[in-house]
Amino acid sequence: MFDFPKWKLGLVVVLVLLAALYTLPNIYLPQPSLLIAPNRDKVIDEAFQGRVEGTLKGKEIAYFNVERGDNRLSVRFHDADVQLRAAEALRDDLKDDYTVALNLASTVPGWLAAIGGKPLTLGLDLQGGIHFLMEVDQQSARHKLEERYVSEIYQLLRADKIAYKSVTRTADGLLINLVSPADRSKAVPLLTEKAPDLMVTEVPGGEGASAMARIRPEKVAAAQKSTIDQNITTLYNRVSALAISEPIIQQQGQTRIIVQLPGVQDPTVAMKILGSTATLEYRAVNENANPVEAATSGKIPPDSKLYYNKDGQPVLLKKEVIATGDQLVDATSGMDSQSGTPMVSVRLDSAGGRSMLDFTSENVGRRMGVVYIERVPEIRMVDGKEVRTFKETQEVINDAVIRGVFSNQFQTTGLESSEQANNLALLLRAGSLAAPVDIIEERVIGPSLGQETIDAGIRALMIGAIAIVIFVMLYYKLVGVVTVIGLAVNMLLLIAILSALGATLTMPGIAGIVLTLGMAVDANVLIAERIREEVRAGNSPMAALRAGYEKAWATILDANLTHVFASLAMFAFGSGPIRGFAITMFVGILTSMFSAVTVTQLIMALIYGRQRKVQSISV
Amino acid sequence: MELFNPNANIPFMRWRRISMSVSIVLLLVSLVLLFTRGLDLALDFTGGTLVEVESAEVLDTAKVRAAMEKVGFEGIAVQSIGGAREVAMRLPPTISGLSMREQQTQTAEEVRRALAAEGMVVIIKRSEFVGPQVGKELAEDGAVAVIFVLLTIMLYVALRFEWRFGLAGIAGEVHDIIITLGFLSAIGLSFDLTVLAGLLTVAGYSINDKVVVFDRVREIFRSARKLGAEETINKAINNTLSRTLITGITTFFALLSLYFFGGPVVEGFAITVIFGIVIGTLSSIFFCNPILLWMGVSKADLAQVKKEDPQLALLP
Repeated sequence: MFDFPKWKLGLVVVLVLLAALYTLPNIYLPQPSLLIAPNRDKVIDEAFQGRVEGTLKGKEIAYFNVERGDNRLSVRFHDADVQLRAAEALRDDLKDDYTVALNLASTVPGWLAAIGGKPLTLGLDLQGGIHFLMEVDQQSARHKLEERYVSEIYQLLRADKIAYKSVTRTADGLLINLVSPADRSKAVPLLTEKAPDLMVTEVPGGEGASAMARIRPEKVAAAQKSTIDQNITTLYNRVSALAISEPIIQQQGQTRIIVQLPGVQDPTVAMKILGSTATLEYRAVNENANPVEAATSGKIPPDSKLYYNKDGQPVLLKKEVIATGDQLVDATSGMDSQSGTPMVSVRLDSAGGRSMLDFTSENVGRRMGVVYIERVPEIRMVDGKEVRTFKETQEVINDAVIRGVFSNQFQTTGLESSEQANNLALLLRAGSLAAPVDIIEERVIGPSLGQETIDAGIRALMIGAIAIVIFVMLYYKLVGVVTVIGLAVNMLLLIAILSALGATLTMPGIAGIVLTLGMAVDANVLIAERIREEVRAGNSPMAALRAGYEKAWATILDANLTHVFASLAMFAFGSGPIRGFAITMFVGILTSMFSAVTVTQLIMALIYGRQRKVQSISV
Repeated sequence: MELFNPNANIPFMRWRRISMSVSIVLLLVSLVLLFTRGLDLALDFTGGTLVEVESAEVLDTAKVRAAMEKVGFEGIAVQSIGGAREVAMRLPPTISGLSMREQQTQTAEEVRRALAAEGMVVIIKRSEFVGPQVGKELAEDGAVAVIFVLLTIMLYVALRFEWRFGLAGIAGEVHDIIITLGFLSAIGLSFDLTVLAGLLTVAGYSINDKVVVFDRVREIFRSARKLGAEETINKAINNTLSRTLITGITTFFALLSLYFFGGPVVEGFAITVIFGIVIGTLSSIFFCNPILLWMGVSKADLAQVKKEDPQLALLP
């Protein structure tokens, strides 16, 4: 009798059912939709929804299922073409106040999603989108870091009234030239105590008055890491704000960041993400002149500049800048404890802190203005040609009386809402990107190519599968049929695992699936050929069946393990699409081994195991 | 259905001198091709920009080239792909006069505008920019991947079977890879990341074949009493011939389907693997085994220590 333990049977059945369950989400095709999010402080309400629907109806664009929530509006369409037309129409109408983002909305039913069922994530080459690889310029990050310590050294020496000649950046560190050896013997312990991030040593020669300050390597490494982390967080927040679905922003290696924006076909959107900066400038208010007069007459005092605040009122600020966004170390949003209004808490570096301290200690009772400057890159049509410019908005968000003396940590109020405070804090931090980034790799896949690729991939899969199935059934008869069932289970398992893992399917990944199909047959061919041999050698059919499986197993194992090595190598050393291929192959090998051996054995047991005396194996 | 006579005993090893010579000639030809013509490396490895555009009307490549020259891209390779309305162009890795940052944000848009300026309205189907340093890294990683695969496989085979098999296996792998590369050089196939994946797949598949044969060789050595090395190997090959060819056929179906219906992205992959599998299968039979014979493999090398009789094992 061809035994098959009941528990194994149960296990196989359960696995197959689970596989079917987790493959199911793939049937629910996502629908093209638009996500509309407000820029700055607009609100998405019923009136707005009415406006959007009105625009769409006016252009006779068919839509369905409008959903409002989370301060966003989502509208679904029947296909991508309609989606694109709607996007154009809405962007024309809403202009800059809102962001209209293309999106693929999932249609997976709630209960399925709750247990983790999700469809395969499509890679960029199948969905269309943008892929960036950015290199963080660690050199300039390092320079900035060094500059900060230079100014800190200056401050500390001055505070203790130690005379110095210069502090310069050299290849070995920060070279401090003091006036005399006596100064040096005061300076070194001072710096060691007050600047723990620096290692200060005396430099021989140079009249005995030089010292070298080196930034501790842990500090440098930490700064490097935080540079990347900061950039990633900033980018992530920005991309989320733009309502791009499922962006991927990750660190790669020591100095790089990968950004993948699926469904975004417009590189200008990406430029906006990378290019926008916002910063604050703190300037004294010119108390001596009347801003309204200056605005109407055009006569602006020579030491001042005219700005407008958010209500459109003119404000005169002195040209001299007290502190700027470059000196910003951190910005967080919150609520001002005194007034209960939204505020942004700002922290400046020591240079900025110093300036602020100098100014506020001499100007209590006078007013200081905060200018918000935003630079957004854009492409406009000028005389029929496209011109790339920056659109700069400068707005005074706050001019308030200085109540007390402060240096590097203070709040800026005068913001309209918590949302604006959040956005400002975000943009401020973004404005102070710790280091500039260079794009070292960029791939843009148009949506039409994505669709073509999927179609081709599925076509190849179908045709290949059919050819193989027919051939195998003809050649190996009943065992062939069992093999085909095993293949079907194999595919089911493969797709279920890939879906549940959330692995990304790329075109090479589809090629991997097709290839897995071709090679999965191998294990069964080995078994079938073995069974034939055993029968020829004169063994009884059941013995032949058993021996076939037994003897083929060692070979199957060896052969598949070598495949595993190949896919591991591809995974370790490959990137992007190749990794997708490697994962598909790897999972495919495992599912093949399982289906080819266990599942087909089970079926054989069901067919032959029950008969009293098996006449022959149909192979 | 049986395609092959199961009791055939084709004396493969008798022709080993001829088959080895053929192999060596192919190897030399491939090496010469690789060193002279070289591989047509795609921008994945060289760095540079690739832009594919599609227009509603027919695009004249000469006009496109002229338009690009007007904006400073001299001598660009412009190619018509898949019909006269689609054109692909490759721009070199560094465009002089532009900093890297300026360069990369402008490429596809630049192209579109340049063409629009000359009256050709196009949409960007696809654009890829690979910085030269990334390209270099991908190339290096690729080479390391291939070497890694070869070494681990060799180790595995040597452990599972015996060191001679390990050597024969690796020799076969190297043989397959070099000849496949030679083939790619000869047909001038653009060598990109998917083709590299194809090469690694070939490595995996071809060792698969060899292992099946080796496995059978080992089995026959252990079971048959008086067969010499040559007959053993012949028998092993004959026994596995059926399986080798059937698996080859089914994999072929899969690959042919990919080649004809899978679209341009996987074409290179499909060709590479098709060729690689053919060579791999042939080398399993005609290249590795002669090496085994030549190294003097024999029954003794594969003798199993009989565990059920510890007394015997102790006897001198």
